[in-house]
Amino acid sequence: MTAPVTDGTVAPNPWTTGRVAEMERIGDHLVRLRLELAERFAFVPGQHCVLRLRAEDGYTAQRDYSIASDPADPLLELMVECLPGGEVSGHLHDEARVGDELELRGPIGGWFTWTGEQPSLCLTGGTGVVPIISMLRYARRLDLADRLRICAVGRSRTELPYADELLAAGAFVALTRENLGDRVASPPYPSELEPLLDGIERAYVCGSVGFASYAVRTLRELGVPADTIRVEQFGATG
Amino acid sequence: MRMAVTRGFTGKRRAARPERLPPGQYDTGSDWPVLTAEATPDLAPEDWTITVDGLVERPHTWSWREAHALPGSTYFGDIHCVTSWSKLDTTFGGVSVDELFAVAGPLPEAAYVMAHSTTGYTTNLPLADVTGGKAWLAWEYDGRPLTPEHGGPVRLLVPHLYFWKSAKFVSRLELMAEDRPGFWEQNGYHDRGDPWLEQRYQGDP
Repeated sequence: MTAPVTDGTVAPNPWTTGRVAEMERIGDHLVRLRLELAERFAFVPGQHCVLRLRAEDGYTAQRDYSIASDPADPLLELMVECLPGGEVSGHLHDEARVGDELELRGPIGGWFTWTGEQPSLCLTGGTGVVPIISMLRYARRLDLADRLRICAVGRSRTELPYADELLAAGAFVALTRENLGDRVASPPYPSELEPLLDGIERAYVCGSVGFASYAVRTLRELGVPADTIRVEQFGATG
Repeated sequence: MRMAVTRGFTGKRRAARPERLPPGQYDTGSDWPVLTAEATPDLAPEDWTITVDGLVERPHTWSWREAHALPGSTYFGDIHCVTSWSKLDTTFGGVSVDELFAVAGPLPEAAYVMAHSTTGYTTNLPLADVTGGKAWLAWEYDGRPLTPEHGGPVRLLVPHLYFWKSAKFVSRLELMAEDRPGFWEQNGYHDRGDPWLEQRYQGDP
């Protein structure tokens, strides 16, 4: 990262209201929200936004979430992992329903973004796939999908967000706790990643701290230069 | 705009909310989330140096050993990340940035600092935010060597500003007359980053 490049919009827009237009609880730990914003904001794939909840007396709590939707989608889509004791994620999972209003601000971050110029590999763990879904949907709309290779790692097909969409799009999915077709449960083998690296100019790694350090180490061992790797990692923030 | 009240939201963490938490922050407890935009470098302490240059009378570079020969200093207090977590009662050991500036001698026209890391990461700060006992080079956390995931062997520590200003793997402090944006600042984050004023993003007052 010797030459930081600003791909995204520099300043986020002011806070706006988001109305829950659609929502889906997936398993015990995921909730997919589709929000209709009072003031839509432009963003590029890979950016995130801040979601803020406000109690009657003005108390607020806010968290950052990656955006899953294509910038052209009229609704803003988030996939939120429910964390134990999570003040925001717990509310979204247990209490929120269609029609509720939240506050949103975005877009945030201009580094972990992809707008189709560079052939790239995305290596993600768990909900780290969310910003990549925005990239994937954008790529498919603009017929750029051959420039975006994805290896999504998850525990099981139900725990990996967007598993069906990824498989249908031809992404490589590595499940670590259950078999997938003929593939025995395992993290991705170097021999499985190697063919995805041919001709790539950039690598995007997104996942937990533990996953990101594993992913970066693996990519480095496969010869990917450190300065082409962009990382977004998250700790436990509820 | 009208602020939307979220139906059914009461806020389960507020009972424990200490007054020392800046607006919009929550206490992460014993966790210390790691946020980095790049691959963590392998940097041995003996290969690390810190340089103070730019608008100074005497540009100077210290090795690991030379930096440790300066009078040591400890920070005990809180840190605040722009992604909304705060960590209370941390202890960092290292040396005050004032000690480096006492040797290098900032020129009167110096008003800003660009902190550079070995990785190419940069972050800009007003000079007044890193002088007067407000900033450290930290190489210990909780009495142990600072780990690479948290910026070891040495990171900048500016605890009264959002934590992206506390550059990991810090290797150079460049004093400047004019402000210019660093890495995250070019990518939408605030030039100063005071958590008590919620200066998170470019354009925040």
